[in-house]
Amino acid sequence: MNHKNALTPWLFIGPAVLLLIAFSLLPILVSLLISFTDMNLIGLRNWDVISFVGFENFIALFQDSLFHRSIVNTLVYVSIGVPLVIVCSLSVALLLNYMTNKLFTFFRVLFYVPSITNIVAIAVVWGFLYNMDVGLFNFILNSLGLGKVPWLEHPFIAKISLIILAVWKGIGINMLIYLAALQSIPRSYYEAADMDGANKFQKLRYITIPSLSYATFFVTVTTLIGWLQFFEEPFVMTGGGPLDGTMSMALFIYESGFQYNDFGYAAAASLILFVFIIVATLIQFTFNKSKEN
Amino acid sequence: MKNRFEKFFVTSVLVVGGFLVSIPFIWMILSSFKSEREARTMPPTFWPQEFTFEHYINLFQNLNFGTYFMNTMIIVLFAMLGLLFNTMAGYGFAKFKFKGREVVFLCVLATMMIPAQVSMIPVYLLLNQMGLTNTMAGIILPGLIAAFNIFLIRQFMTTIPNDLIESARIDGAKEFRIFFQIIIPLSKPIIAVQAILTFVGAWNSFLWPLIVANDQALYTLSVGLALLQGQHSSSFALQMAGATVMVLPVLFLFLFVQRYIVEGFNTTGIK
Repeated sequence: MNHKNALTPWLFIGPAVLLLIAFSLLPILVSLLISFTDMNLIGLRNWDVISFVGFENFIALFQDSLFHRSIVNTLVYVSIGVPLVIVCSLSVALLLNYMTNKLFTFFRVLFYVPSITNIVAIAVVWGFLYNMDVGLFNFILNSLGLGKVPWLEHPFIAKISLIILAVWKGIGINMLIYLAALQSIPRSYYEAADMDGANKFQKLRYITIPSLSYATFFVTVTTLIGWLQFFEEPFVMTGGGPLDGTMSMALFIYESGFQYNDFGYAAAASLILFVFIIVATLIQFTFNKSKEN
Repeated sequence: MKNRFEKFFVTSVLVVGGFLVSIPFIWMILSSFKSEREARTMPPTFWPQEFTFEHYINLFQNLNFGTYFMNTMIIVLFAMLGLLFNTMAGYGFAKFKFKGREVVFLCVLATMMIPAQVSMIPVYLLLNQMGLTNTMAGIILPGLIAAFNIFLIRQFMTTIPNDLIESARIDGAKEFRIFFQIIIPLSKPIIAVQAILTFVGAWNSFLWPLIVANDQALYTLSVGLALLQGQHSSSFALQMAGATVMVLPVLFLFLFVQRYIVEGFNTTGIK
């Protein structure tokens, strides 16, 4: 388009670009730099005591058993949580797409609400529900004649408990994306299938699911990136315990950085998490490409 | 063909699922009105036997929730300023041709890939260098811009006809006047959605205020609630009241505006 002044576009994008450079792009470089140093709280006040340590942080991380635990736990979160979120949000979207009336609109709101409510509040509420002695869940199990479950007291069960919470929270936004995608499938596809005598499951298998492939791709990538950064749930509910059973990579980074003030070490760990995220995203993109071809 | 059995089946599954999904909210609200003793009795009561507001009064009178609320509102207010910057940038990328546009836009998109954990340490160090740690400015600044918003707004703005802008220019309108009087009114659907999501995001902001604020006078509601959970770990009714204060405003807001969000998702092009 013709506009006389070459400066005009920069007036519009300037503020956003400047802030992004300062708080997103520049930090990546700084992060890379400090990951090769022994930057800590003392170094924050006096730059002279910071020294370049080469790959020492990374070598130490490879030998740190807590960091190993955090990687394994994060992989458990991702490999159970991501498929669960996708299956649940697709199922809910398919059910909600069945009819349009006031009742179904109400259900749509109901399933969406957990995803916009505050994660700390949610973690606090679920912490109460999961309480071993006075929690609602154990009371219900007890009434059914079943024993108590140590929801947050057992290293593996605690991981599952956090996953259940996060799936509950994760359904809403993905369900909306699926609903939007479902509503954009042309009706004529189903009419043609009806004429060919296709049954419900054939229509689901050969029309609905393939038409949702872009939505599924989008949902998978964003969910995967989100779950690799699993943080608030273990931070508020378990603090990484019991026995480091819920320690995630993101929580490990937060603790090394802001509780032990070991900024260099934490920055190195954060770059490893970044590599995980890039690799996971790239795998998704290649997988999606090969499916399209 | 939709028969009655099928309708009945789908509706029942949704009723059961919807009930299960809302249990945490129902339990939160009911427990917040119970006395501390009653919240812990086994077997639990469903409806509060003695309805009490003491926990809510306690939150605002003794536990600084009023201050946390004000801080949260300040963050929400500035997040809206950030939304204005995002909208301007979206317009800039959609409707101007200039040297380096593609490269700059790619850089903007690339920032979406950066996890919060990677930037939080260097951003903290940068803010510390600028003397902004433990200040409101330090809490607000890093969260003003979201690449994802810029991207969605740009997608929407590309659908606005160029002729409209061109004829306004011929009529002698200044660039910012065009933006505020023509572009913004035309972009209401996308801006409404972004405003709601920005509100929710700012209202829920937790990690960054937690890191930057040392002073309780700067805490947000979420940080205050996490603190409450640590310090009053056995006061469940009090914790539920705190959680209710955080959850209800968003819940009500969403009840009124959910229609726009669903429509917005249809216009933003994630299909």
